[in-house]
Amino acid sequence: MRRPLVRRLTALLAAALLLPAVAGCGVDEDDAGLVIYSGRNEKLVDPLLDELEKAVGTTIAVRYGESAELAAQIQEEGDRTKAGLFFSQDAGALGALSTRGLLQKLPQTSLDKVDPAFRGSAGDWVGTSGRVRVLAYDPGQVTRVPDSVHDLVKPEWKGRIGYAPTNASFQAFVTGLRVMEGDDAARAWLKGIKANEPKAYDNNLKAMDGVDKGEVSIALVNHYYWYERVAEKGEDEVASRIHFLPGGDPGALVNVAGVGTLKGSDQLPVARKAVDFLLSEKAQKYFAEETKEYPLAAGVTSTVEGLPPLASLDSPEIDLGELESLQETLKMLQEAGMV
Amino acid sequence: MTATDPVAPADPAAGPAGAAAPAGRRRAGRRPPAALLVPAGLAALFALLPLGYLAVRSLERGPSFAWQVVADGRTVELLGRSVGLAATVVAASLVLGVSLAWLTVRSRLPGARVWSVLMTLPLAVPSYVAAFTWLSAFPALAGFAGAAVALTLVSFPYVYLPVTAALRGADPAQEEVSRSLGHGPLRTFLAVTLPQVRPAAAGGAVLVALYVFSDFGAVSLMRYDTFTRGIYTSYRASFDRTPAAALSVVLVAVTVLLVAAEARTRGRAGHARTGTGTARPAVPAPLGRWRLPALTWCTLVAAAAVVMPLATLGYWLAVGNSATWDPATLADTAGTTLGAAAAGAALTTLLALPVGVIAARHRGRTAHLLEQSAYAGHALPGITVALSLVFFAVRYAEPVYQELPLLICAYAVLFLPVAVAATRAAVLQSPPVLEDVARSLGRSPLGVLREVTLPLAAPGVAAGAALTFVLCMKELPATLLLRPTGMDTLASRLWTETGTGSFAAAAPYAAALILLAAIPSYLLGRHRT
Repeated sequence: MRRPLVRRLTALLAAALLLPAVAGCGVDEDDAGLVIYSGRNEKLVDPLLDELEKAVGTTIAVRYGESAELAAQIQEEGDRTKAGLFFSQDAGALGALSTRGLLQKLPQTSLDKVDPAFRGSAGDWVGTSGRVRVLAYDPGQVTRVPDSVHDLVKPEWKGRIGYAPTNASFQAFVTGLRVMEGDDAARAWLKGIKANEPKAYDNNLKAMDGVDKGEVSIALVNHYYWYERVAEKGEDEVASRIHFLPGGDPGALVNVAGVGTLKGSDQLPVARKAVDFLLSEKAQKYFAEETKEYPLAAGVTSTVEGLPPLASLDSPEIDLGELESLQETLKMLQEAGMV
Repeated sequence: MTATDPVAPADPAAGPAGAAAPAGRRRAGRRPPAALLVPAGLAALFALLPLGYLAVRSLERGPSFAWQVVADGRTVELLGRSVGLAATVVAASLVLGVSLAWLTVRSRLPGARVWSVLMTLPLAVPSYVAAFTWLSAFPALAGFAGAAVALTLVSFPYVYLPVTAALRGADPAQEEVSRSLGHGPLRTFLAVTLPQVRPAAAGGAVLVALYVFSDFGAVSLMRYDTFTRGIYTSYRASFDRTPAAALSVVLVAVTVLLVAAEARTRGRAGHARTGTGTARPAVPAPLGRWRLPALTWCTLVAAAAVVMPLATLGYWLAVGNSATWDPATLADTAGTTLGAAAAGAALTTLLALPVGVIAARHRGRTAHLLEQSAYAGHALPGITVALSLVFFAVRYAEPVYQELPLLICAYAVLFLPVAVAATRAAVLQSPPVLEDVARSLGRSPLGVLREVTLPLAAPGVAAGAALTFVLCMKELPATLLLRPTGMDTLASRLWTETGTGSFAAAAPYAAALILLAAIPSYLLGRHRT
């Protein structure tokens, strides 16, 4: 009675094991002239990487993942890494690889295309696009928008603030606050915010929704979420407005996505070509138009309507490589009961 | 008749049934044949790879650094929170799993077939989708309650499936004896049925606990800090693998303790029928006035665990404006996922067979060691297991690195305990005396395995394979790091789409994941009827 099941099971097991051998899978990275590990989402950069493939003149293979996890993978691979280029969502992961000596120094000509504030201090990674922390607010509820994040701890904001405490950009901002004003000041700020009973959202998008729906009066977000929304719906349909903080306020931190070439790779010449492509006018325009981020290469300005030029912003001066020290920030956020 | 009394040794007055307890004991010391021992040893070594990696990583800055990380007050606190969450989820899963298993297998529940397929589907719901669902519906759930609800609803099938198999395989004669001696249905359930399913339920409970320990998706969305979040923080916040490895070692220690504790509760009872003839299928119990409450209970669980996530996906589709998915890509991705998951399930099942048989039939130090090895890495977060395979593959197996075979091996390392638990429980239910008879008739140990043990255990083994298959389908962290460059699975597409907030585009992939999981459970159900 049960024998047929055993036979069927055995046949099934054998077939299942052979299946992958028969089925073809993916781009063979051994044939690829350049392997990119991308911490940036496929939906955001895939069209651009198609262009990159044409520009560097060889086939490329892209492995998508979380920036931090790809950085850990590169660390495990060491000089046996498959990747020629690491495209990171934030400066922290690049800083970590740089500290551990896994990145190859970039040619000065490539570095010179970008303001020193937006590249690694060791000259082994360079920012490709920037995003600015801003305050999104509901004009119906807010008449005077604060000019500093420090104002948000005042009692008048009680129950009116939205934020995304688990979001990497928010955490980078807190790290920036620590680097600029010291741990005690940062701790005091977090305590003050917590006392104002802020509404925690899963991510920046949700926080923006919160402002648009009037759930909260004001929210700490990245600039491009608002511009994307406006591009999609038109400014009249978007209830919220945004405010760029002046005076080098820590709340106006500029964080970057960037690239570095890997020391252990034998694809260095192609990888360098790829870096130059990402800093080219074509690629920089792509970031400006498609992701509404700031182009970072000199000479390229965003064409997004209403977006103030990066140079006009009074953003805080900070070594982005230092944003690597996120561990302490998380500890603070945990102590404050935010994450 | 069966002998399932967990505590009493052979009762001389019990007639032929009494032979079962000594049957279990008699085999305790017998050495497993080399034909089993060698493959089992290989499977165990395979499962121990992540531990080798952890040893290297956690000690790279000296034992004192590792100790500092482990002895930190925060570490102890997080461990306490994880233990509390695991205990809650295990308790809830046992209530759900055992009650639903009894209702679908042993009672005249209307539509039992449909219910039994429905109750396996939650396994295919990624924990973060479950968490997302509950969080959007009830934002106040964030924290411990939300994490417990989401994790219970995705992991109770770990208990439900093996208990169902145990109930199907158990001889109803003992329950009938109990009833004929005047015990009521409740007393019979507690005194007879529960002990019969106890090994299966305990094995499932251990898997649930380990799943809770390893989960990151649900707890991070619910903003409930657990031990695994601490490990992820180490990777994501400080990009440092050393503290992550040191913390992971603690999870391994917890796992070893948990598995050892479970083994102690097993006792020495036999769980197979020993009388002559074959067992009749159990007569389903009439529910009487309990019919409506029973149906309500099943409906509630199915609504919470299956309908809620599917409805959320429907909502994503309805409100989102990113629904630009094309069916060809979806079909392609589904095909790739099915292939990889099927191969993963096959390899896992094959590796689990010798370990499971030894664990069931040759209790002793070797068996214990083998079983422990299979489980040891199971509470580790996927990212840690994936990095350990990166570590070994780039050094010693470069040709398969980032190729499909390595991904399949990763699935086997990740899910070996699930298949081992299923195999062990299935083998335990068949009477060892049949194997003795086959041996006495001149069959070789391997012949006995092929002709007696495996055919009898096949339904349980198949159930384990189906379970593994579903788990492989939804696996994400290891898939991202180890898949061939450019390959996409349903889970990785889901991750890509939700990463940009394109929930409408993500919905079809999540739905496909849940619906494809129905196939194996449906096939299994059909075979049994």
